[in-house]
Order: sequence, then structure tokens, then C-alpha cells
Amino acid sequence: MIKTEHLCKRYPSLTAVEDVSFEVRPGEVLGFLGPNGAGKTTTMRMLAGFVTPTSGHASICGHDIESEALAARQSLGYLPEGAPSYGEMRVGGILDFIAEVRGLDRARKRARLDYVIERLQLSSVLDQTIETLSKGFRRRVGLAQAIMHDPPVLILDEPTDGLDPNQKHEVRALINEMAREKIIVISTHILEEVDAVCTRAIIIARGRIVADDTPMQLATRSRYHNAVTLQLESREKLEAARAAVAALPQVAAVEMSEREARLTALPRAGALILQDVSELTRRQGLQLKELHLESGRLDEVFRTITA
Amino acid sequence: MRNVALILRREFASYFATPLAYVFILIFLVLANAFTFYVGDFYQRGQADLRPFFMFHPWLYLFLIPALTMKLWAEERKSGSIELLMTLPVNVWEAVVGKFLAAWLFTAIALALTFPIWITVNYLGHPDNGVIFASYLGSLLLAGGFLAIGSCMSALTRNQVVAFILGVVACFVLLLAGYPLVLDAFQGWAPETLINAIASLSLLTHFQSITRGVLEARDVLYFAMLIGFFLFTTAVAIDLRKAD
Repeated sequence: MIKTEHLCKRYPSLTAVEDVSFEVRPGEVLGFLGPNGAGKTTTMRMLAGFVTPTSGHASICGHDIESEALAARQSLGYLPEGAPSYGEMRVGGILDFIAEVRGLDRARKRARLDYVIERLQLSSVLDQTIETLSKGFRRRVGLAQAIMHDPPVLILDEPTDGLDPNQKHEVRALINEMAREKIIVISTHILEEVDAVCTRAIIIARGRIVADDTPMQLATRSRYHNAVTLQLESREKLEAARAAVAALPQVAAVEMSEREARLTALPRAGALILQDVSELTRRQGLQLKELHLESGRLDEVFRTITA
Repeated sequence: MRNVALILRREFASYFATPLAYVFILIFLVLANAFTFYVGDFYQRGQADLRPFFMFHPWLYLFLIPALTMKLWAEERKSGSIELLMTLPVNVWEAVVGKFLAAWLFTAIALALTFPIWITVNYLGHPDNGVIFASYLGSLLLAGGFLAIGSCMSALTRNQVVAFILGVVACFVLLLAGYPLVLDAFQGWAPETLINAIASLSLLTHFQSITRGVLEARDVLYFAMLIGFFLFTTAVAIDLRKAD
């Protein structure tokens, strides 16, 4: 379990993290969201033991990050922001070093090395030095390093940054696969990632937690939660359709995209309007290309909360 | 202890992963021999000893050792790899000692590669090999002292050039602590005991007493304490400011 209580980090000129408290249990994948400079990285660095908190406490698997730092670090796999590493070293050499420092015995070291190299597809670059690797490979070496000792807790700072869509998919699959028995904390500013891997999201802005919920619950805070979007076959009847939809009693507002002949009807608080809208289109004989119910837009929630 | 050995091994291997190791060894050997023969008048003196060889070591080390240590911590900071290292289950002191020992082992190898001059002097005459052995040991201790100072200076900054300059200046001051160049700055206002204390810190004095062939416990202890003090300071500096 990860537990933080009133964690604060103040620098002479700024407060990076203010009163952050949360708990993460096994099986949870926590997504840390927030604008750049909101305090995500500082919070993760405190958990990893790299930055000392100004006040407050945190523990990893029951080990206090300050008084039992080594035990806490031993149960933790950490991918620092930007996946820093020793540029002049070869990939094989660095993985070997990490496995040794993590104290894996011979057989286990062999098995774990084989696993991470296979899982993160590193076999083709084992003899290359880190500085000659592409950004994607560097990130994967960083991930391999973090999961080397199969730790119960993983803290990954932007694990998919710099990866192409295929690699992103692979890394998300890896996270989902490990999620069952581990505690995983990732930071990201890619909101689709939260939907793809996280069971819970914490949004941080200006060093404080401003939201802590499941991605689905967060989406319900969106203006677009239960909104209905319809796309017409042609633009001719668009204006008339907009007026008709806007006149529905449960509809609060209508957004229109003329180029795509698309309307989005936003419901009044708590109202369900799909039925009404679809009846209306039938009555008016509108030719629809598409009609769908929106669950809410995370990016819009994100902007509203952190603005 | 295991972690010290692992860090030592990784660090040592990284010297040879870049041209640094080869350039350092080559320049050290060329300069050490050039000074011995051209400035130290090795042949003209007509004496079978290695004094002209060892007498230039402090001055060689003064520039070469800070060049070796400047990257020790400053580069870790600059590249961010310090975040990887310091979030592994490794104590700060283990990392500090491991890195220091790797650098010391490396200079020991460079020093050992000067063996042809020892063969030469034994071929030409009958030198006192006890004195030569003590001098080699003194040179190694001196290198260790400089390395510890350099390590501390490197821990204070993320800029390698700054680390180099700080290293040279700190080594220079400690090297000549017993000489007027340094002592004059204290003469006149500092109490006599302080001046004596500063004078007794002189690396050069302790080095020279070893190279005369007198391997005294207090000289060895002096170097051990010097190394211990600067490594401790390095660890404190890293621990306090690792994320800066």
C-alpha cells in the first residue's frame, strides 16, 4: 500500500506540493494528472525517496520513506521523468547492474533479465550504448529497469512519453497485465491513457489535489456527460435541426459544427435527452449519419478543474 | 559492502567506455616521464633513485586528478542519472565510496603503468627499492587525497568546468598549506596555533616525508583522515542537494 499524509514540499521561491494525502491499494492503477509544473513529478520523487518532503509523511508497503528509506526503495520500482540513465553504458550492462543492485540471485537474475528484455523488446539493442538509442528505446530501458525486481509497487513518471502508438499500446498492455497484483502510480498528460489503464485518477493543480475519483466518475463532471451528438447527411437542414433541438425542454444548449454538419445537445443538469433527441430526428425526417450518447470528456473536465 | 563493489565496478567500466581512460593514462605517462628526464635531469644527476620522478607527481596530479573527478557527481546531476542511482536501494555513502574507489583504482593502474622507469633505474644502478616502494605508496595516497577533494567539489555543482576549477584550487591550497604562499594570508592576524595547524595540513610536506623513505604512521593517518573527511563532506553534499 502507498500512503501519504499531508505531504508538502516547499522551496524558497515556490510551494511545489501542498498537503497531498492519498492511499493506493493493490490492484489499483492511479493516474496522476495535472498541468506541467503542478507537482506531479515532485510528489513522485518524494515517494521514490529522491526529494525529501518539507513536512508530512509517506510510506510504501508500510515502510516510511524517510526512516526506512532503503526498505521502501526495495519494494519500489521507479521510472524517473525522462528515463535518465548512464549514456556511455550498454543496455545489457545497465540492466545487469540494476539486477545486481536489486540483489537478485543468479537464477532469478537470468529469469528476470530474459523476461524484461523479451517483454520490452530490447534484444536488438542490448549491445548499443544508451546515448545512441531513440527516445522510445530509452523509455523502454527505463521501464525494464523499474520492473526488474518485480516490485509490489511501481511509480512511473510519464511511462509512454516519446513512444509511438504501437509502443504505447504495448506499454499499456504491460501495465494492465501487472495491475492485478501490484500498486501502480503513473503520471501522464495524455488523457486517453487514463481511460486505457487507470482505475482511479488524481488531478493536481498548483501543488494541491483538486479531484480524486474514477475516470468514469470524473467524466460525469463534464458538461458533455450524457450529451447527444448527431451528424446529419447534409448541411441543408442543419440550422433548422439546431433550432428544433434547442427548443427541447431538457436541452440546455446546442453546439454546432457547420463543416461536419454536427450538433451536440447538452442536457440540463441530471436530464437524459437521448430519447427526446432521437424522437425529434424521426419526426423531422432528418437523415442521420451518426447519433451517439457521450459519457463525458475528460479533457474538458481537466481544463475546467485546473484552469 | 556489496553495493560499494557493484558501484565501483560500474563506474570503473564506464571510464573505459569512453576515450577518457586512455587519454588520461597516455598523458599521465608521457608527462611523468618527460618531467623526469627533461626537468628532473634523471641521467645527469648520476644517482640511481626515482626522486626526479616522484617530485613532479603533486604538480601532475594537481591538474590531472580534478580532470578525472570533475565528472564524478556533476555529470550525474547534469544527465539526471543521479535520480536513478539515488532511488535504488543504495546508501549515499556506498555510492560515494564506490565512485571514489573506482577513481582510485584507475589512478593506481595509471601509476602502476610507470613501471618501466623502475626497471630502468634498477638496470642502471642499485637503487633503494624500499624508498621507491614507499614513494609509490605516497604517490598513491596523494592521488587518493586529491581524488577525495575533487569528488567533494564535483558534488557541489552540476557544471563540470566549475567542478574542475574548484578542484584545482582546493588541491592547490591544501598542497601548499605549509608554504608562505598560503600561510602569508594568515600571518599577522591569525593566532600561532591556527597557523601551525594550517601548516600541518600541507599535502606536500606529508608527501615529501613519505618519498624520503620514512613511512610514518602519522603521514598515512593524515592521508586517511583527509580522504575520510572529504568523502564524508561529499556524502553530506549529495544527501542535502541531490535533487537540485
